[in-house]
Amino acid sequence: MDSGRISRRHVLQGGAALTLGAAAGLRPAFAAETTIGFIYVGSRDDYGYNQAHAQGAAALKKIPGLKVVEEEKVPETDAVEKTIESMINLDGATLLFPTSFGYYNPHMIKMANKYPKLRFEHCGGLWSEKDPKNAGSYFGYIDEAQYISGIVAGLTSKSSKLGFVAAKPIPQVLRNINAFTLGAKSVNPKATTQVIFTGDWSMPVKEAEATNSLIDQGVDVLTCHVDGPKTMVENAARRGAFVCGYHTNQSALAPKAYLTGAEWNWEALYPKFVKMIASGEGIPNFYRGGLKEEIVKTSPYGEAVSAEARKAADEAKAKFLSAEGYAIFKGGLVDNKGKTVIPAGTNRGQKDPELEKMDYLVEGVLGATS
Amino acid sequence: MADGSIGLWTVPLAVLGGAIRVSTPFLFVSLGECITERAGRINLGLEGTLVMGAMSAYGISYLTGSPWLGVLAAGITGALLGALHAGICSLPRVNDVAVGIALMLFGTGLAFYLGKPLIEPTAPRLPAIDFGWWSDIPQVQAALRINVLFLIGVALAPILYWAFRTTRWGLLIRTAGESADAARAMGHSVLLIRLRATMAGGFLAGIGGSFLSLFYPGSWNEGLSSGQGITAVALVIFARWDPLLCLWASLAFGGAAALGPALQSVGVTSGYHLFNAAPYILTLAIMIITCSPKRTLTGAPAELSITR
Repeated sequence: MDSGRISRRHVLQGGAALTLGAAAGLRPAFAAETTIGFIYVGSRDDYGYNQAHAQGAAALKKIPGLKVVEEEKVPETDAVEKTIESMINLDGATLLFPTSFGYYNPHMIKMANKYPKLRFEHCGGLWSEKDPKNAGSYFGYIDEAQYISGIVAGLTSKSSKLGFVAAKPIPQVLRNINAFTLGAKSVNPKATTQVIFTGDWSMPVKEAEATNSLIDQGVDVLTCHVDGPKTMVENAARRGAFVCGYHTNQSALAPKAYLTGAEWNWEALYPKFVKMIASGEGIPNFYRGGLKEEIVKTSPYGEAVSAEARKAADEAKAKFLSAEGYAIFKGGLVDNKGKTVIPAGTNRGQKDPELEKMDYLVEGVLGATS
Repeated sequence: MADGSIGLWTVPLAVLGGAIRVSTPFLFVSLGECITERAGRINLGLEGTLVMGAMSAYGISYLTGSPWLGVLAAGITGALLGALHAGICSLPRVNDVAVGIALMLFGTGLAFYLGKPLIEPTAPRLPAIDFGWWSDIPQVQAALRINVLFLIGVALAPILYWAFRTTRWGLLIRTAGESADAARAMGHSVLLIRLRATMAGGFLAGIGGSFLSLFYPGSWNEGLSSGQGITAVALVIFARWDPLLCLWASLAFGGAAALGPALQSVGVTSGYHLFNAAPYILTLAIMIITCSPKRTLTGAPAELSITR
């Protein structure tokens, strides 16, 4: 539909159709704008996670009739509840996007129960039937893009030692580490991934130290899951190692060392959400998608990527894009302590919620979750 | 070693490399604060100065293409913030600790505001000198790639130690710090001495910031300092206002920061949060061991508001 025609009334039909819709009819002076609130855990210009979301928010700002309010550096504590309250009560926000993992439970759930007529959309949470109906969680299967990065890394590495600088051992991070490793092992069975946890989302000095320690161990291709990959990318490139990016495209920082990367595509998803609400169908409470649904994408290959690696990566991408899709986590999967985590015969498809509770590192990962 | 790995040797090497790489901002901020506190004033705002220095150095280096101009700009920015602190504290009945906290928030806030457009671009970095040419192990070469600022900092510590003891300037600063009345009786303006000492402290802290953004980790972002400025101010107390002890304490903190990641890389994976907290545990332990309820801290300038 024509995005120019989205009015407050249209948008509200999804969340608070009756009361506010009627109010808008009585008081046309209010009908001009709908306010959407975005909350970020870090700086929205971090060249990473938060910036990817802020770019999605910027795409919404371009739509007439929508007003976007943002607050950055909101910790994953009850501070986020206060931010949500002030966005609702002072700015009149009716649709909220708390974008960080730790905001979901209990903070956002509590707010969704308190304001049952407003709509809450959380990035990365695991919505279940027990949770309020006006709350939802969406996420992208960025592990598909990480799997492709792993293939490129596995075929580029000379030492077959890959490195992963990670923030915290939460399911999404572990899933990325595992997908990256499985991708590498699919083309290079000798490949291993050494992981280092820094302990928090933005610790530049620790990230730089982790990068140096990994390279000292003989690692020659690195990737990461921290909020701002710039530190890892620049420090690894200085030491002559190759990198795969994360969150956004960091190839400009190290054009020679940058192989490919796993990127978010929120600019495409958020306007889609607004249209879903405007058309009256609403956003599904549990919304997921990967490369096929264009929620995630891969960076264009860097110059150091060989023809062989390009071919293998393109083949894997085609499998993800195919109608039947491709399961990264297949039966007979063993973790790095030797325990079978997915029994033979069971394939965990991408949409399987079990994968979002991941608490293990697969065979081939050097490191531990605690 | 055939595969380029050096196994467990990574840990001592990383601690050594970390001591050299990570310690420089601690060193500059603590030496700067040492000068300020010896003159009888405490400037808690150096965290803000450090971040402002990092931002302005990155910005000037990016705009002019010369990282050394960036270092100079960081120093000047730091000196100006120091002058602001000293200026406000010159007013009657102003508490220097409170002004310092205000300037810490002001400095970081201003740096984040002005630094927004600097997060994505890449600025020219400071060069490093290769002290690892004698080794053919790439890990050793990498650990010994040393920045000139680190060497300047290391040289500055004994120079300051000597200057405090033997020069006229050193004596004046110490007099202002030990007894303002004595300095006045000698015909010197205590406020002027403290203004200069705070500006010198700010200048050094600004340069410490330029190391963060122009050498290691080597780019501007808002998490860059993660409290290193405030840690360095605490380090001065820990080092008993002695520039030489500041040097050792900075090296210990730098090395401790490298310990967590290095242990994980060789497979010691349990308790990494504990290893990451190593520098702070070290501080607490030394503070507890050396404190005494019977006397004030040895070496503390008598005019310092925290010891009065």
